[in-house]
Amino acid sequence: MTVFSFYLFALSAIAGGFFTVVSRQPVHSVLWLILAFLSSAGLFVLLGAEFVAMLLVIVYVGAVAVLFLFVVMMLDVDFAELKAEMARYMPLALLIGLVILMQFVMAFGAWEANEAAEGLRTQVMPVDRHNTEALGMILYDQYFLLFQLAGLILLVAMIGAIVLTLRHRQDVKRQDVVAQMMRDPAKAMELRDVKPGQGL
Amino acid sequence: MADFFTTTYLGIALLTLGQILLLVLPLMVALAFLMYADRKIWAAVQLRRGPNVVGVFGLLQSFADLLKYVVKEVVFPAGADKAVFLLAPMVSLVMALIAWAVIPFNDGWVISDINVAILYVMAISSLEVYGVIMGGWASNSKYPFLGSLRSAAQMISYEVSLGLIIIGVIISTGSMNFGDIVNAQRGDFGLFSWYWLPHFPMVFLFFISALAETNRPPFDLPEAESELVAGYQVEYSSTPFLLFMIGELVAVVLMCALVSLLFLGGWLSPIPGLPDGILWMIAKMLVVFFMFAMIKAITPRYRYDQLMRLGWKVFLPFSLVWVVFVSFAAKFDWFWGAFARWSTGG
Repeated sequence: MTVFSFYLFALSAIAGGFFTVVSRQPVHSVLWLILAFLSSAGLFVLLGAEFVAMLLVIVYVGAVAVLFLFVVMMLDVDFAELKAEMARYMPLALLIGLVILMQFVMAFGAWEANEAAEGLRTQVMPVDRHNTEALGMILYDQYFLLFQLAGLILLVAMIGAIVLTLRHRQDVKRQDVVAQMMRDPAKAMELRDVKPGQGL
Repeated sequence: MADFFTTTYLGIALLTLGQILLLVLPLMVALAFLMYADRKIWAAVQLRRGPNVVGVFGLLQSFADLLKYVVKEVVFPAGADKAVFLLAPMVSLVMALIAWAVIPFNDGWVISDINVAILYVMAISSLEVYGVIMGGWASNSKYPFLGSLRSAAQMISYEVSLGLIIIGVIISTGSMNFGDIVNAQRGDFGLFSWYWLPHFPMVFLFFISALAETNRPPFDLPEAESELVAGYQVEYSSTPFLLFMIGELVAVVLMCALVSLLFLGGWLSPIPGLPDGILWMIAKMLVVFFMFAMIKAITPRYRYDQLMRLGWKVFLPFSLVWVVFVSFAAKFDWFWGAFARWSTGG
């Protein structure tokens, strides 16, 4: 059963990745990418890492891919031109791809796994506790300071992005929410008795 | 015989299929009557009669509607992306249905009893937005596109505060399994042991966020009929439209189930001494659904900027502060352990 599920998820992940690349319509590409994410989440579940799987779905599919889709849907791209561009750079891209592939083959061909590492790899799941607890112990106990530091770096990046894009213009009319909510109906409108044929 | 269903692959598959049917069929029948109830409540508030022609008191109105939708023609707008256009309502319905796999109706009455049940529901509900986005984009038309953009922004915004509120409950329980969460609310005081009391403000925040998350009024901006005609559903007709509608309602009922599980004690009986059971769970879900229906009838629609402000500037900071408060209360055992059920053995 596990083997069957593994091949199912693996195949759909590879198919998703493949069609992400070859699909002509960018929105379709993103949808295929979502399939690839979901299939890899399935692979994580098969490994017994259900917490990581759910986070993968929530973060990548639920947030990152939605943003991708947002941007791609708004784009107005001329695909014929894009393809002509791609054809021009194709030989170079193929060459670079080939070089990287060769490097990978050379690197992994010479790789001999340690016997102890083999044992670690087969036992991904801690036996005595849920993997949510295990991750929590590692992140919030063992590597607490490093985890906080990573959060701090993200915070700095976020503040930087906001500072770079925020312009406070003085000559623009702004909404004052408190003033809006505190408005008094007696001051906001008045009733007038309009005589026929006269107007205000 | 029992071995067949627990050991062989075919048996396990058949058993799971049977469980799924046992859940989905009653859910679908209940949905037909919930839709009727929704319209009747709405009508009663507005001093109308509501559906009253088909069947006794109009009880069969939903089935008549179903038949009507199914026999109509599927219309594809010019320039629509047909595959995505048809995929969108299916995604919407399937995503709404598969979240039910982890929802227990009674102690142990659940299809898949997993450790990360709440995270699973959050993951699935973050996928629900794709049905709307895909539908709006594939229609190749302005109003659906605007509707789907609104919906995407809205659902992502309110998911954040939903997630933070749920984190508070998880901290109190020490587990992400719905069964554990409900059993942690078991206490000597009946309904006063449930989480609505310690997490009091969060019940309302969760309920309002749930309204926004399911695109229900007063937050139904993606389909605001007065400005966007019907948003992402404009170009849909016949069965695909029906699928969208069912998907939306299933998501609403799921939120009712979540509110009753997280804050109202699930299948626990409110009065000490009375037996617990599935009837309490259903009763609680119906009460929450009644609130959903009433709010649809009595509130005017929000403006879009008000919606975003409420989500990001009010709910998010408040629920964030609440998470910090709950963490301290759980760690230092304030309020006689009401926030840390794992420490008192509850």
